[in-house]
Amino acid sequence: MSDVIAQATGLVKTYPPRDKRSAPFTAVDGIDFALHRGEAFGFLGPNGAGKSSTMRMIACVSPPTAGTLRVLGMDPAVDGRRIRARLGVVPQDDALDSELSVRENLLIYGRYFGLSTRLIDERATRLLDFAQLSDKAGERVEALSGGMRRRLTIARSLVNEPELLLLDEPTTGLDPQARHVLWDRLFRLKQQGVTLVLTTHYMDEAEQLCDRLVVMDGGRIVAHGSPAELIAAHATREVLELRFGIGEQAAALDKLRQAVSGDRIEELPDRLLWYTGEGDAALAAAHALGLTPVTALVRRSSLEDVFLALTGRTLVD
Amino acid sequence: MATSAVSRGMALRFYRYCWLHYRRNWKGTIVISVANPLLFLIAIGAGLGTLVGSDVAALGGVSYLAFFAPGMLAAASMQNGMIESAFPVSYHRMPGRAYPVAVATPLEPVDVLNGHALFMAVKVAIGAAAFCAVMFAFGVATSPLAALTLPAAALTGFAFAMPVTAWAVTLPDVRPVQTLFKWVVMPLYLFSGTFFATTQLPEAAQHLVALTPLWHGVELCRTLTLGTATWAGSLTHTGYLSAMALAGYLLARRNFRRHLHP
Repeated sequence: MSDVIAQATGLVKTYPPRDKRSAPFTAVDGIDFALHRGEAFGFLGPNGAGKSSTMRMIACVSPPTAGTLRVLGMDPAVDGRRIRARLGVVPQDDALDSELSVRENLLIYGRYFGLSTRLIDERATRLLDFAQLSDKAGERVEALSGGMRRRLTIARSLVNEPELLLLDEPTTGLDPQARHVLWDRLFRLKQQGVTLVLTTHYMDEAEQLCDRLVVMDGGRIVAHGSPAELIAAHATREVLELRFGIGEQAAALDKLRQAVSGDRIEELPDRLLWYTGEGDAALAAAHALGLTPVTALVRRSSLEDVFLALTGRTLVD
Repeated sequence: MATSAVSRGMALRFYRYCWLHYRRNWKGTIVISVANPLLFLIAIGAGLGTLVGSDVAALGGVSYLAFFAPGMLAAASMQNGMIESAFPVSYHRMPGRAYPVAVATPLEPVDVLNGHALFMAVKVAIGAAAFCAVMFAFGVATSPLAALTLPAAALTGFAFAMPVTAWAVTLPDVRPVQTLFKWVVMPLYLFSGTFFATTQLPEAAQHLVALTPLWHGVELCRTLTLGTATWAGSLTHTGYLSAMALAGYLLARRNFRRHLHP
């Protein structure tokens, strides 16, 4: 038990109605989880699944409506201040003061934790180096690119040397290169023993970073395990993606469903997904049926497929 | 006791942030909070005011400048109290801005409120001090009681700042703030006895004006500056303004918690 850093049982978050006509909204509907020290844990799900509300409760900035929650062995309702002193938080919207300089943003944040100016200065030098922002220390934040801002937010979240780092959608809105730089930094943190908890609706991100994850949908946890376990349990080894000409998809789907038994075939607006152990063999079978897809792609199953299998929907609309 | 000491220290952390942020923004606000009221004082009080005879009974036997200056001080303090609260609070409470950032650290919403309220009080006092310095340089103060005008003006500004803070933290955007200045600040500014004695109004209107907070601020500042203050009057005005500040503060405590730790 000593390695559990955060634990929830029957956790519920209901927001009061916005006005007299609307109803209360339950964002998190009774979830259980246990986060272990040193691991990278992910909450995967589409927008509105309840990931951010869960993160806000762990971050002790939103009191749970029901259920029990313990973070660092303490109750957020009683010891919110003390828990937050040992957390690092990377919000989705960066939340930097764009009129202040890079270094001033770290200074202000460090002061919130009661650190001396000298200590903050020492750590800032090290953290800016880690975030690859040393040459930007004196610049105003408004002059930074999106990727730099996100790295600065991560540097800032480390100023109190947190035991638990919470990242809400850490690479949303970043270009592919900036995402890879960020993943590399997060991977280094993990190797240094920092516990990472992140939300994401990108399955590649979850596969890259997470040791374990839960899939959330509609405020509930619908599956949990390592990325490999989830894929093994909820998807086949390979997927054959077939795209057809305009208006031909429905007829092709009928034909496949009549001819193929046992394998699951999903229909998306722009393509069919054929879940199979052997993608190449399936493609040959499709050709043998007289089907002529415009494009055909055989790939390994991903968490996207797990999500589709569990909810019947894609993660990113 | 230990808890409140911790909370005070936390509040000062946010207060220091306010100053650092202000260092980057002071140029925009110093004109409206300090220069504008002084220009009004000179243009209306010392300029237009010379057209008004000092024998006008409603002015209580003093020059128009001496009558107008303390009224303008109270009105400017009200405006400063509103400017220091309405815009910054509704700005800082947005996602990604200073309030949500601070309440994710050891600071609680009430610490953020206390730190920001302290900053507002200091800013309102600085504005009032600048105005008092010029007002006294014009030689309008005729009584030792005038020394109390500065805290009276600061209280007037703070009494407006607190309820507005409680309201602004609930706003999803800053647009309602414009409405506040158009429909609340402007009428109070014009009809609370700043520019003319309210005894010149019809009796029913006089009673109505006496219920509004700026009138109490104007009366308090004016009677102290001119040395005509009475214990009963001053205590009433001070009590009214203090109650308004306290009620606003208590409401703000509740609203900060509800909106920053939802």
